[in-house]
Amino acid sequence: MTDLLYTDVEESLRSSVRSTLQRSLDEGLPARLYDEPDTDVSALWQALAGQLGLAGLLVPESLGGVGAGAREAAVVLEELGRAVAPVPFLTSAVIATTALLQAGDEQHLPTLASGERTAVLVLPWTARRGAWSAVSGSAEPVAGALGADLFLVPTTGEGGGTSLRAYGRDEVELEPIVSLDMTRPLARVTVTGQGDEIASGAGAEAAVDAALAAGAALLASEQLGLAQWCLETTVEYAKTRVQFARPIGSFQAIKHRLADLYLLLVSAQAAARQAAGTLADGDLRGAHAARGTHSVAPQGAAEQQIAQAVAQAFCSDAAVRAAEEALQLHGGIGMTWEAPVHTRLKRAKADQLALGTPDRHRSDLAVLVDLPAS
Amino acid sequence: MSDQQQSPDLQQRVDDLLASHDPETTPPAIFLGAQYDAGLAWVHFPQGRGGLGLSRGRQVEVDERLEAAGAPRPDFARNSIGLGMAAPTILAFGSQELQERYLRPLFACTEIWCQLFSEPGAGSDLAAVATRAVPDGDEWVVDGQKVWTSGAHNADFAILVARTDTSVPKHAGLTYFLVDMRDPGIEIRPLRQITGEAEFNEVFLTGVRVPDHNRVGTVGEGWKVATTTLNNERVAISAGNDREAGQIGLVTERWRTDPSVRTPGNHTELMQWWVETEVTRLAGERLRQGLEAGQPGPESSAMKLAFAQQAQQVTGFALELAPEEGLTYHDWTMVRPEGGSFLGHGPGFRYLRAKGNSIEGGTSEIMRNIVAERVLGLPPDHRPDKGIPFKDVPR
Ligand SMILES: Cc1cc2nc3c(=O)[nH]c(=O)nc-3n(C[C@H](O)[C@H](O)[C@H](O)COP(=O)(O)OP(=O)(O)OC[C@H]3O[C@@H](n4cnc5c(N)ncnc54)[C@H](O)[C@@H]3O)c2cc1C
Repeated sequence: MTDLLYTDVEESLRSSVRSTLQRSLDEGLPARLYDEPDTDVSALWQALAGQLGLAGLLVPESLGGVGAGAREAAVVLEELGRAVAPVPFLTSAVIATTALLQAGDEQHLPTLASGERTAVLVLPWTARRGAWSAVSGSAEPVAGALGADLFLVPTTGEGGGTSLRAYGRDEVELEPIVSLDMTRPLARVTVTGQGDEIASGAGAEAAVDAALAAGAALLASEQLGLAQWCLETTVEYAKTRVQFARPIGSFQAIKHRLADLYLLLVSAQAAARQAAGTLADGDLRGAHAARGTHSVAPQGAAEQQIAQAVAQAFCSDAAVRAAEEALQLHGGIGMTWEAPVHTRLKRAKADQLALGTPDRHRSDLAVLVDLPAS
Repeated sequence: MSDQQQSPDLQQRVDDLLASHDPETTPPAIFLGAQYDAGLAWVHFPQGRGGLGLSRGRQVEVDERLEAAGAPRPDFARNSIGLGMAAPTILAFGSQELQERYLRPLFACTEIWCQLFSEPGAGSDLAAVATRAVPDGDEWVVDGQKVWTSGAHNADFAILVARTDTSVPKHAGLTYFLVDMRDPGIEIRPLRQITGEAEFNEVFLTGVRVPDHNRVGTVGEGWKVATTTLNNERVAISAGNDREAGQIGLVTERWRTDPSVRTPGNHTELMQWWVETEVTRLAGERLRQGLEAGQPGPESSAMKLAFAQQAQQVTGFALELAPEEGLTYHDWTMVRPEGGSFLGHGPGFRYLRAKGNSIEGGTSEIMRNIVAERVLGLPPDHRPDKGIPFKDVPR
């Protein structure tokens, strides 16, 4: 059974990420990005990527990274989710990095690991493992493209197979899209240059699938962190807000709501940990196998895919529910721009749509566990 | 509805109105004024007050015909508070003078209204308002702060609940007034909402002078008057009586025209929301039929609760239905809109705006308390401030 708890190393990573965020992320920044999308947030990424080495968390030490795994990345995402931090960790350090690792790249990974450059997998942000198609010309809406230096685009190669190609910033055009969640803004990406092939055929498809699977697995931890922030913030508010000469948290209607939310997050946490843990276990097995081939043992692969579908089907809705409850229990203040709740709601709703909606993940799961729809 | 008798007199009046005022060319304010004078504004209001003393259910006969003729309709987006809340309250409790002065321009929407009820310390606990009104000759001097005031920036007048006596328990010390929003003592500051728009405001009242004849109901009767307003507000928020009206209609239209959104899972969910909105529509219709000429009671809270739940679920579902589009937003630019709209802009706006539906006009938790205590008769919660003079309640 996968270890569903946090190790001491993971807890200490959590506390350094949290304190760096407390120091380097001004609480008003997420909301400001809606009005000033061009705000320079690179210092925050530098603090996380450079000083803490988060950009290279998943990259082996031989390529300049930290050589940690999915479990550690999940803890980082919990913290980034709490703070709705506008950094490309998920899109670059998890998804694009996984694609490059799977493709056996050695050229680009060192510059990503150092935090010098960031990369993006150019597919609509709704894509998921086994449900994406090669990009012809342009793709939208793509998350993590604005501000990226390296663009990994699955294209159709000469023989008709998939060709995963890398393009520089001067080989693509970017058009920003006004996004529901401006802390992870979207763009339309149009390929204009030649690019270099990184992988082709089955290898390219496996790289993209692995990247999307890792993204979905670890997005659940971002959703968990966000949901926990919502619960904690709302519990605090319910203790202090007085109506009818009582703290609103003294009404059982409110207590039960928050207790239910706690129960929901207990389950979400288990689901997110299972997805991270099975992903990490797969990596370990993969480390002994040959590079560039499908490396996870069949049994492990199925467990991993089930865990990912379960985590996405569950945590996506849990985060939305937590943010919606937070808004409701704050009353009128929850509806304001001034209170930070809305930044969580927008991220939660966007995350629910990202990397496959719960509906799509339930359909995937039905196949994995042999429960056909008809 | 079809089972209701068509009144030849009512039809005759509509004919006369349409004959004397061309619905296509008459300016809206003039047409609506004439509709009011003909007693066709609110047929359940008395004669001379925009009505004919008929039952409430008869209004549809008028509205359907005017709609078919393409006649101007009152601007609900800009004046929902006037039409939905101020008018029935002024009719129920206002003096004859107030009714004559305010109802006609309110219906014609030449005078726009807002609602100065909520305060930072008095939201769900509305009876705890601290804004003071102190008598001074035949006027009242009002000082305090209101918040979440929708449309204050467009309003000519306001309905106000203020404290006139702090020496009695909170419900007993309130009085209800009509206030001119152009008074120099009124300062309005925009408050931005999660949608990006500033639909509501903070309103600061400093030495605002209100003539005593603008009082609605007796001194100390404000809670009872405000309850009438709130019950009407809850009906107004949940109004809408056509099948597939409101948020569900936008989803069904998408479903019928865009096969790419059709998955088995979505289909199950769509049909579930369809059934729920349909039965809520029918329940709302029953409530309206039962209302007849009277004022809505606490039962309207149940409808408002159902409406809010569905609006939120359906708008959330709409984003999941078309996720690529759902990830985008129409525009975050801060604006102060002319009127409120639940159905405007893109699906992202509708999702975010619907979050307010379970807060504005009384939260869904308060609606449940009202249903539990006032409809079902369950014992009330413990209220530490019960029976204590307002000034002695620790704050
Ligand atoms: C979009 C919008 C428009 C509005 N427009 C207007 C307007 O034009 N004019 C106006 O006067 N007001 C307006 N309001 C204010 C609205 O009426 C109040 O926000 C509402 O009554 C809740 O008050 P509050 O914000 O102080 O929240 P609180 O009362 O502090 O409530 C916080 C939370 O506690 C819960 N709660 C409180 N008491 C209890 C209880 N006894 N049992 C269980 N749960 C409880 C609430 O349900 C809520 O979830 C508007 C609000 C919104 C969101």
